[in-house]
Amino acid sequence: MTTDVIEQDSHDEHHDEHKMTGIKRWLYTTNHKDIGTLYLWFAFIMFLTGGALAMVIRAELFQPGLQIVEPDFFNQLTTVHGLIMVFGAIMPAFTGFANWMLPMMLGAPDMALPRMNNWSFWILPFAFAILLGSFFMESGAPNFGWTFYAPLSTTYSNGSTAFFVFAVHIMGISSIMGAINIVVTIMNMRAPGMTYMKMPLFVWTFFITAYLLIAVMPVLAGVVTMLLTDTYFGTSFFDAAGGGDPVMFQHIFWFFGHPEVYIMILPAFGIVSTIIPAFSRKRLFGYSSMVYATSSIALLSFIVWAHHMFTTGMPLFGELFFMYCTMLIAVPTGVKVFNWVATMWRGSLSFETPMLFSIAFVILFTIGGFSGLMLAMTPVDFQYHDTYFVVAHFHYVLVTGSLFSIYAGAYFWLPKWTGHMYNDSLSKWHFWCSLISVNLLFFPMHFLGLAGMPRRIPDYALQFADFNKWVSIGGFAFGLSQLIFLAVVIKCIRGGEKAPAKPWDGAIGLEWTVASPAPYHTFSTPPPQQDIDNANQHEH
Amino acid sequence: MSTDEHKANINKNTNTDTGISISNNNKTVKKLLLVVIAMFGFGFALVPLYDVFCDITGLNGKTNSTAVAYTASSVDESRTVRVQFITRNAKGIPWAFEPVINEIDVHPGEMKLVSFYAKNNATHDIIGQAVPSVSPGLAANYFHKIECFCFTQQPLAAGKDVEMSLQFYVDLELPTDIKTLTLSYTLYDITEKSS
Repeated sequence: MTTDVIEQDSHDEHHDEHKMTGIKRWLYTTNHKDIGTLYLWFAFIMFLTGGALAMVIRAELFQPGLQIVEPDFFNQLTTVHGLIMVFGAIMPAFTGFANWMLPMMLGAPDMALPRMNNWSFWILPFAFAILLGSFFMESGAPNFGWTFYAPLSTTYSNGSTAFFVFAVHIMGISSIMGAINIVVTIMNMRAPGMTYMKMPLFVWTFFITAYLLIAVMPVLAGVVTMLLTDTYFGTSFFDAAGGGDPVMFQHIFWFFGHPEVYIMILPAFGIVSTIIPAFSRKRLFGYSSMVYATSSIALLSFIVWAHHMFTTGMPLFGELFFMYCTMLIAVPTGVKVFNWVATMWRGSLSFETPMLFSIAFVILFTIGGFSGLMLAMTPVDFQYHDTYFVVAHFHYVLVTGSLFSIYAGAYFWLPKWTGHMYNDSLSKWHFWCSLISVNLLFFPMHFLGLAGMPRRIPDYALQFADFNKWVSIGGFAFGLSQLIFLAVVIKCIRGGEKAPAKPWDGAIGLEWTVASPAPYHTFSTPPPQQDIDNANQHEH
Repeated sequence: MSTDEHKANINKNTNTDTGISISNNNKTVKKLLLVVIAMFGFGFALVPLYDVFCDITGLNGKTNSTAVAYTASSVDESRTVRVQFITRNAKGIPWAFEPVINEIDVHPGEMKLVSFYAKNNATHDIIGQAVPSVSPGLAANYFHKIECFCFTQQPLAAGKDVEMSLQFYVDLELPTDIKTLTLSYTLYDITEKSS
């Protein structure tokens, strides 16, 4: 391996001469690693922005009564917080991982469509400039919830619908281009000898996620277009006066929306499935079953959307159908959780920061999964619907699920990206502060929801005051803890202990056969078959 | 490896020449773009599909939007169904709009005539449109309107009032577990749309 690494290094120097400098390097880049970096930084900036909005929300909810913001502005905060975290933080972060890691894991020199790759990133800042810019306009930012139900977003819109729709269109185009790029890369750019079932599970999860994106982002584009014409051009898709139906909005929206939530969690499964075997010093337990489980989750995600709408007055048959289909998803998800546990079983575990985040992911994501199972049951959903129980559920799967996996992945590959080891004790501080505060933040929300506190409301009844105080304290602590991560990353880029090509002794994968930091161009010649065979995740 | 060789290898792999893999990529991209376009179309196709689906199954409480003839063969006096009427004004229509009677007991198959009162409290003429909805939704297919003011637009001059009639019967086939039906009218201002 050593000779290869040296060879890559010399190529690196050679190609560095062709790199543009300054801002042009980043504006014109078609290099998958540069674009991956751009995506990751963009996602982190958006994460801090969306987080800042959440801090204002939690400050308002610290005490009962209205203290800091007007109810209408509170609605804008919850709406934009949701939109930014979904479309601006989690999704671009995963696209960043895909860009950085897929070519290296597949033994490919770059993504298949590098110019489109550049474009798909650079339209994103404009989308979020439009969305955030609407805060400074007379009408204010979107205030109808990230789910933008009609007629809240049509008849009762505060005038921000057009900005919202165009922002979503641009985000959608960006996601679709990113997804097409991922699919084409995986289908056509695999190194010779890397068959589909030899691909790392990480690659599989992104492959399936990209297909989901290609299937549902156009539906989102369609539904926001209908919203636009309903609001400004006199159509009546969702307007009962003109023969339309507002409930139909929810059907079309959730036909997009439910696969969307798997778009935000399947890549997390891929990341965790890479990290847990590495620090258990074992191969992934049940690789094939993981591939099939991921595919079944993706397929099932298309036939469960109406579980978001149990209270719209569906007939009993519909409620039963969607309830059983939803509960069925627990089966492939359970396969995954048990496979991760089985991977750790009798492994030589060590608890580096990526592993800590991954184990926290498995436990806390499972809690989020269980509350999801409770929500799937139609009769009890009537009580939980639109309460803080739902808020607790989706924050457990998105924050301690998706976000924790992103942190795990970031710590795991930071040495590969920067060439330096991160500061270990600072990263442990980040983990433990995050872990404690995130549970203080989201766990009491379950009880608030069960006791009947509705979501998206800036005030609450007095009996919820104590829990809300603790939740807010957890929120502020969690927000501050994320700044530790920023410090770790900056320190790691600037310097630190030099990272070897493979800093984790249990890690497998082609990305560890190249030097750290990864040279600007990798695998301009395909890797040898021996490396590909060593990198596959099947148990021996 | 020499620089030239290296470049050639990159070219081979990054598809900057016109080799086989670039045409492979183009093929895959075209296929995926077709899926994107198809799914965009599918989003819009859901609109008529939804209407057809609701028509057939009677989901969503949509009742007949044009008059039907009275076809009940008999009146089932052994059953009584309570029909309740509620009204609601959509945003921005300053009419008084209410049912003359709030509820009525009917036997399945029995024809009934009820009326609704509307008064235009605005200082300008308004065209109103009432949109009906039946709850529980599954009962919608068993609630037949023979004559209804909701079939047509209702122009009302400023300050004028009107009594509008609804003639209906409940189907003999109405599932026996349904004892109460609620007919809800939402009134919309469609002056701008109809001019």
